[in-house]
Amino acid sequence: MKKYDVVTSISYPKKGAMGKTGSWRVFKPKLDKSKCVKCLQCWVFCPEGVITKNKDGTIDIDYEYCKGCGVCANVCKVKAIVMEREAEDK
Amino acid sequence: MKVMIDTGNYIAAKAAVMAKPDVVAAYPITPQTTLVEGIAKYVATGEFKGEYICVESEHSAMSACIGASATGSRTFTATSSHGLLLMHEMLHWASLARLPVIMCNINRVIGPGWNIWSDQNDSIAQRDTGWIQFYCSSCQEIFDTVIQSFKLGEHKKVGLPVMINYDAFILSHTSMPVYIPEQKEIDDFIPTFKPLWKLDVDNPITFGNIIGPAYYEKVRKAMQDAQENAKTLIPEIAKEWKNKFGRYHGDLLERYKCEDAEYILMSMSAIGAESKVAIDNLRADGLKIGLARVRTFRPFPSEEMIKLGKQSDLIVIDRNISIGSEGALFNETKAALYNKSDAKVHGFIAGLGGKDVTYQDIEKICKKVVNGKAKDFEWYGFEGD
Amino acid sequence: MVKQRILSGMVLRGTKNMAIKDLPDTECILPGSAACPGCPATIGLRLVFKALGKNTIMVVPACCTAVIESLYPNASFDIPVMNIAFEAAAAGASGVEAALRKQGKTDTTVLAWAGDGGTYDIGIQALSGALERGTNFIYICYNNQIYSNTGIQRSGATPYAAWTTTTVEGKTEFRKEMGDIIMAHHIPYSAQACVSYPEDLYNKVKKAKSIKGPKYIEILAPCPPGWRFSMDKTVEMGALAVETGAWALYECEKDIVTFNGKSKLILEKKIERKPVEEWIKQQGRFRHLFKPQRDEKRIKAIEDYTSQVWERYRKCYLEK
Repeated sequence: MKKYDVVTSISYPKKGAMGKTGSWRVFKPKLDKSKCVKCLQCWVFCPEGVITKNKDGTIDIDYEYCKGCGVCANVCKVKAIVMEREAEDK
Repeated sequence: MKVMIDTGNYIAAKAAVMAKPDVVAAYPITPQTTLVEGIAKYVATGEFKGEYICVESEHSAMSACIGASATGSRTFTATSSHGLLLMHEMLHWASLARLPVIMCNINRVIGPGWNIWSDQNDSIAQRDTGWIQFYCSSCQEIFDTVIQSFKLGEHKKVGLPVMINYDAFILSHTSMPVYIPEQKEIDDFIPTFKPLWKLDVDNPITFGNIIGPAYYEKVRKAMQDAQENAKTLIPEIAKEWKNKFGRYHGDLLERYKCEDAEYILMSMSAIGAESKVAIDNLRADGLKIGLARVRTFRPFPSEEMIKLGKQSDLIVIDRNISIGSEGALFNETKAALYNKSDAKVHGFIAGLGGKDVTYQDIEKICKKVVNGKAKDFEWYGFEGD
Repeated sequence: MVKQRILSGMVLRGTKNMAIKDLPDTECILPGSAACPGCPATIGLRLVFKALGKNTIMVVPACCTAVIESLYPNASFDIPVMNIAFEAAAAGASGVEAALRKQGKTDTTVLAWAGDGGTYDIGIQALSGALERGTNFIYICYNNQIYSNTGIQRSGATPYAAWTTTTVEGKTEFRKEMGDIIMAHHIPYSAQACVSYPEDLYNKVKKAKSIKGPKYIEILAPCPPGWRFSMDKTVEMGALAVETGAWALYECEKDIVTFNGKSKLILEKKIERKPVEEWIKQQGRFRHLFKPQRDEKRIKAIEDYTSQVWERYRKCYLEK
């Protein structure tokens, strides 16, 4: 990544530019892989892009950045993803 | 070297085209129109090989220039009066972005009512935008200054947009003979544009997102430092031009008969040119008076003002007024001299609304000061002169 | 590239599940941005970038996305982005495009990405100019029907009777039909899409990319804080908008209009559109039409208006 010398409002790409946005969560998406039918609706609709698809078609959620919006649970037809209160997980 | 006899606008168009900008985006407004029409003619002949965008407003003209410059292109545009005012927001954007857009502004009166003659309120109102500002008083100077501005604005120690101002009709539509160097000589004079930053798919930066206070202040300081660098570079570039092409219009100021002057007259643009005639006549009458024609308004030549103040009292003519205060050149000259000089400074407002200012008017102004009859600040023609 | 295009032609018009599997993995937004949870802009943008790829330069005026980019000196976008003043997106894009053309980089896509404020209202002049000039770029308006970034004020895209901070008792005017305004410019391609229909959106962006000249796509972007619904229901709100006819999916290519998906079925009366009430009652911005009592007059006005819109669509766009 080439950095420019000039002092003006130039920003450089960074994952987690606003920090670990997983800390924003009140609800956490809990994934039951046994129920997952690999439809990838959650992957395509995740606003944050924290759902990654694996080679076998299953998905994983990056909880460091997941904001807990619940869109994935909402679009999952088989309820493989369920939103749970963050505290309950502890 | 050939001689071209044409109006200020067509000369500016020729200079712009010879500088080979990649993108020109402009919107017509009287009396800038013939400048952009001049470039359009060069598009038709093929002499201008860049992109020529006929935008739908001046705000869009500057926005398009910003987009092009940010993508690494040399850019040029022109406007006047209300067009300049309409692009005000984007003037700030260009300089904060450190994009060296080069622009001719034809100084025209601001309405209402509609008035197409010359005064400087339009460009003076942009003095806080961070743009470098030149004021020209001959077609030759327009040509030379436009070319020099590309070299200056694009210089890595500057990286700021430059505005070249000249009077509506008095210069924009008046023909004068101008020496035009060969294209190769211009190519050699202006280095290839190397942007300080650019939008590049191989280096994906985000420009202009939210920036916190402390960081922003640093951006402003860097702009100030760049204009300070310009103060050194403007005389260097002017000298280089003089050595190569034999013509010189001064650098930050143009001094005329100042050597033993007890009074120095300061004015800009057409009044500056007219002042030379007045100085000659006043000298013939025995007055020890000279002219310091202010060419560069931004960066403000404070150090030069102090030098002038050391030798003479100053008489300033402004073709602009900051309502509720004074003329800009008068005001800023006094600020530059504060604590550094005992020189007496008199300010005059003349030529607003395009009212003609002849060498006789200028002589009257100077004589009034010399005879001790002038107030500190006067509107010429309003004091029963 | 060619193989991909044939694939998208054949496969992506198939079933939903098959289609989504074929979407590229390209991500140009890095996780950890400043977007609200459930933000439709990032849903839309992820899909747009999948269609456009990394050889794209983006121009963004003042809008939510300008904030989503995160704070200097960090950026959440992995492609070059130029922020510009609110009204100037399309003009800035014209400049970027001219510069690229002069440099011979005509394969780089220029994308202007603006909200409905920067498109319908303050940005409409620059947009109209860029379209008329034939600027070779894609202009995408992500429409959340408000000035969202500044705190939910009304825009020219806000629907009738919607609460906003500046239309506290509900907007008294119907929204602009931006699609019609765009079609009057007779550009090579324009379309309306919605974040809830990803393959449709992807197809449209891909098609736009393959065409030279100005292209315009408007994406309905249901905004949880702006429309007052729970942040997990973003996709649901978009689907309901289409199913009730409050939003139409269509494309206009060389002045020929084709409706898509559910909107096509509604147009052809193969399915009934659901009453608009089913969409508005789910959103807090229309709550005053139901509580403390039903505002029958305004609910009917919305339904009648929607019917009239679809009758006009049928008159204009149904094959005789």
